[in-house]
Amino acid sequence: MISIWFFIGISLAINGALILAAGIYQLVNPPANPGVVLFNLHAGVWWGAALLVFGLIYCFKFAPGRQS
Amino acid sequence: MTLLLATEVPTRLVRLAPVDVVIVVFYFALVLAIGWYLKGRSNTGEDFFMAGREMTAWVAGLSFLSANLGALELMGWAGSAYQYGILATHWYWIGAIPAMLFLALVMMPFYYISKTHSVPGYLKLRFGEPSRALSAVSFAFMTVLMSGVNMFAMAKVMQIVLGWDINFSIWVSSLTVAIYVTLGGLRSAIFNEVLQFFLIWAGALLIPILGLYEAGGWTNLKLQIAQRASDQYVHLWSGLGSFSNNPMGINWVGIVFGLGAIISMGYWTTDFLVVQRILAAKDIRSAEMAPIIGAAFKMFVPIIVILPGLIGLAVLPEKLVPESVAAITGGHSYNDVLPLMLARYCGPGLLGLGVTALIAGFMSGMAGNVSAFTTVWTYDIYRPFFNSKASDHHYVNMGRWTTIIGVLISVGTAYLVMQFASIMDYVQALFSFFIAPLFGTVVLGMLWKRATGAGGFWGLLCGTLSSIGMWAWVKVDPSALRYVALSPHAKGLAQDMFQALWSFIVCVIVTVLVSLATKPLPDSALNGLVYGLTEVPSIGDVPFYQKPLFWAGVVTVVFLILNIIFW
Repeated sequence: MISIWFFIGISLAINGALILAAGIYQLVNPPANPGVVLFNLHAGVWWGAALLVFGLIYCFKFAPGRQS
Repeated sequence: MTLLLATEVPTRLVRLAPVDVVIVVFYFALVLAIGWYLKGRSNTGEDFFMAGREMTAWVAGLSFLSANLGALELMGWAGSAYQYGILATHWYWIGAIPAMLFLALVMMPFYYISKTHSVPGYLKLRFGEPSRALSAVSFAFMTVLMSGVNMFAMAKVMQIVLGWDINFSIWVSSLTVAIYVTLGGLRSAIFNEVLQFFLIWAGALLIPILGLYEAGGWTNLKLQIAQRASDQYVHLWSGLGSFSNNPMGINWVGIVFGLGAIISMGYWTTDFLVVQRILAAKDIRSAEMAPIIGAAFKMFVPIIVILPGLIGLAVLPEKLVPESVAAITGGHSYNDVLPLMLARYCGPGLLGLGVTALIAGFMSGMAGNVSAFTTVWTYDIYRPFFNSKASDHHYVNMGRWTTIIGVLISVGTAYLVMQFASIMDYVQALFSFFIAPLFGTVVLGMLWKRATGAGGFWGLLCGTLSSIGMWAWVKVDPSALRYVALSPHAKGLAQDMFQALWSFIVCVIVTVLVSLATKPLPDSALNGLVYGLTEVPSIGDVPFYQKPLFWAGVVTVVFLILNIIFW
């Protein structure tokens, strides 16, 4: 049976990748009116990267093939 | 996506970018995929209704916490933090932690050893059929109604925040829940609740991080709140000496005895919606550890709920107002503070994750309601009163159909609330009537062997009726609140606390008096159900750091330190 933690890893990794990609796009092409406070911190980049790394660790650690 | 855009209406707090929509759609696809994957693993009653009783302590514990961590809970308490300040944290600390630890160390062994499938099921074993019937019918009725009320409220939020059509929100979310719970039963609900737990933290944690950065740290945040509101907004206990010294209009007696000793005990130890998750644990140690794990994480939920409300109080340029005022002026209400903070800090992608967290919170709450309703209906109403000799396969099919019917009743309730808004207040009030007396009945049943079946039934009935009576009294004559809550300065929340306290006391007194006047049950009938007549199985020869008592002690110490820090 596939572990619930693997599903969580998938969810965090894909969401992290999407957020990271959107963050990098805004970093490279900064909008004239960002619409959010603290845009200069580029939270999407580091928060997306953190979710991606966390998700990939879960995916690897709880991958179906690694489960007994 | 086309459908999403087609159902938008002009009024909205935030506008989703395409990447946000992809994240929301991905969430729906994932929960349906989990339900589909688990459909082959819910063929027996134990699998469908109890998740095979094979959940680890972590899965059961996070699910136990998640079942309570709904979207309305998040937004409502963030709004309360804006309105009342840090006092709202009491609902997460003294209003939860002691009760969770009490469930783990005192009550869970009895639930687990009795192998009951529900709280009404325990009442049947301990007090007999009348108590079970009263508890099961009231729980089943209230659960689906509450689910419908929450569904409407969530759809309304989605309309305000995202501009989504109410019908669209109701049907998409309810059909998704119906599909994955019907396919995978409780296991599917639990899996999605654990997933939701991670999504909520991933989607909401950025708000306090960026908010504290903007405010200049905790010390500066407190100064700004003191300037814009009052110094009492950042103190947990120092203003609770009297009703008039704090923004909530309550005193320490109401918080400690009404909230901490009765309401939270009733909710966390006898509400089957949350207890069902623990009953699915794989062994007695996991069943005891699960609420302790839930308590450890519960202590830190204020970071993503209370802190955003407090930060909103300091940094939002506009002044938020009560719902009734917002409806007239067109401004934003207290309950909008979390979506406003989300819109303030979260750009494309992050916004989608935050919205997904809210949707996930709502759907897992609804799945929790529906799976608990299904179990109580099938095992505590249908089987004893309509068909007691059917096969296990028949009951599983009944469970699947009940899931669908439960969702449809919830949808019907949501539309009823849409037509008659005042129903919402009545349903929420009705639900609170049963919690405190039920705790009195269950805890006396577990700890006092002299309690009899008649005592349990009449105590539960009289406690519930007394709660209804006090509520009706204040409804008819609002000035009666001074008698119920013992002070002319008491406000609405104080009523809930004291109403629970009095109804619990009525329940206990009636149970004791009737029990003493009726014939005691023989010890042989109470084996495995009552303290003193039950041999609690050993959790095994494990090191001290794997023992529930050790971790309960750690949680207690952290809990005390936090209360002192924010005194």
